[in-house]
Amino acid sequence: MPETITMEVWRYRPEHESEPTWDAYDVPLRKEWAVLDGLNHIKDQLDGTLSYRWSCRMGICGSCGMTVNGEPKLSCSTFLTDYAPGPVRVEPMRNFPVIRDLVVEMGDFMAKLPAVKPWLVSDDEPDEDTEYLQTPVEMDDYKRYSMCINCMLCYSACPVYALDPDFIGPAAIALAQRYNLDSRDAGAEDRRDVLASAEGVWACTFVGECSVVCPKDVDPAGAIQRYKLTAASKAVKDLLLPRGAR
Amino acid sequence: MTTKRSPEPFVWLLFSSGGMVTALLVPVLLFLFGVAFPLGLLPAPDHAYLASVVSHPITLLVLFGLCVLALFHWAHRFRYTLYDGLQLKKYSVPITIFCYGGAVVGSIIAAIVLLRAL
Repeated sequence: MPETITMEVWRYRPEHESEPTWDAYDVPLRKEWAVLDGLNHIKDQLDGTLSYRWSCRMGICGSCGMTVNGEPKLSCSTFLTDYAPGPVRVEPMRNFPVIRDLVVEMGDFMAKLPAVKPWLVSDDEPDEDTEYLQTPVEMDDYKRYSMCINCMLCYSACPVYALDPDFIGPAAIALAQRYNLDSRDAGAEDRRDVLASAEGVWACTFVGECSVVCPKDVDPAGAIQRYKLTAASKAVKDLLLPRGAR
Repeated sequence: MTTKRSPEPFVWLLFSSGGMVTALLVPVLLFLFGVAFPLGLLPAPDHAYLASVVSHPITLLVLFGLCVLALFHWAHRFRYTLYDGLQLKKYSVPITIFCYGGAVVGSIIAAIVLLRAL
């Protein structure tokens, strides 16, 4: 194994350059080093001006999403040795405006997320002394969708979001389904206006890249397909049944 | 972000059921009439027998359903191919009319052809 690997890093410092450029750095190639360790080495030892987001280093915080050799990846769980002998190209996540270097602007997602009410909606005032019991089977219905860490890799991979930025997007719809399928939740009808709109599930053409790149195996594409069936059967009921029988 | 409900569920239902019905029936029909009968792998039914099978109301209904659903599956898929593949979404009105209108015209033609078998 060679002792070093070249990391080609996408640089954009709006106060210095009007167009993004590439900087190359040689970093130690160690078996246990992820791309994020390489970036930390650059920041600590080679070039302190490099900007990127990271926090937990263990695939839980969802901060360190980047494009590594063209693919959306969490840089903390993508190992340098998998790209030996290199070079490794590190770019910001696609489909987002870049603030600086590898840091992207996620305001669009933050604005869309509350629209799908990703919290438990209850019909009546919650009673503080009551436990809301749930069986393991009921929990299995939504558990997969609750694993989302909002890392945005699915938006970065989604070709529909690239073409139509109004699309609510994979993670937001998966999170809506996480609550829709929760036995304690009564908010499905509230979420329906947004999810069943043209910018909701119907914008998705089931390319499936979101589920391919998801580091937590959430399967947003599956969540969207499931909701399409729910929305379609509700639309047919709305059309055929009198109001009281829906 | 608009929250207007979309008419999409109805065409999506036609699209998805069309995909499933087509995937189930068309390979069988293609194998029988495109490969097995012409190559003599299976004894081919004679014309009079086939004509009586096709003129049965249930066969007509199944074949008509297959044609309609397959055409609407094509319409939906081709519409999105033009929208996203060729990035022609700005012409969505003529594209929609062409695709679903084509499916309606094709369905009418299928009905005429099938009714002639009666």
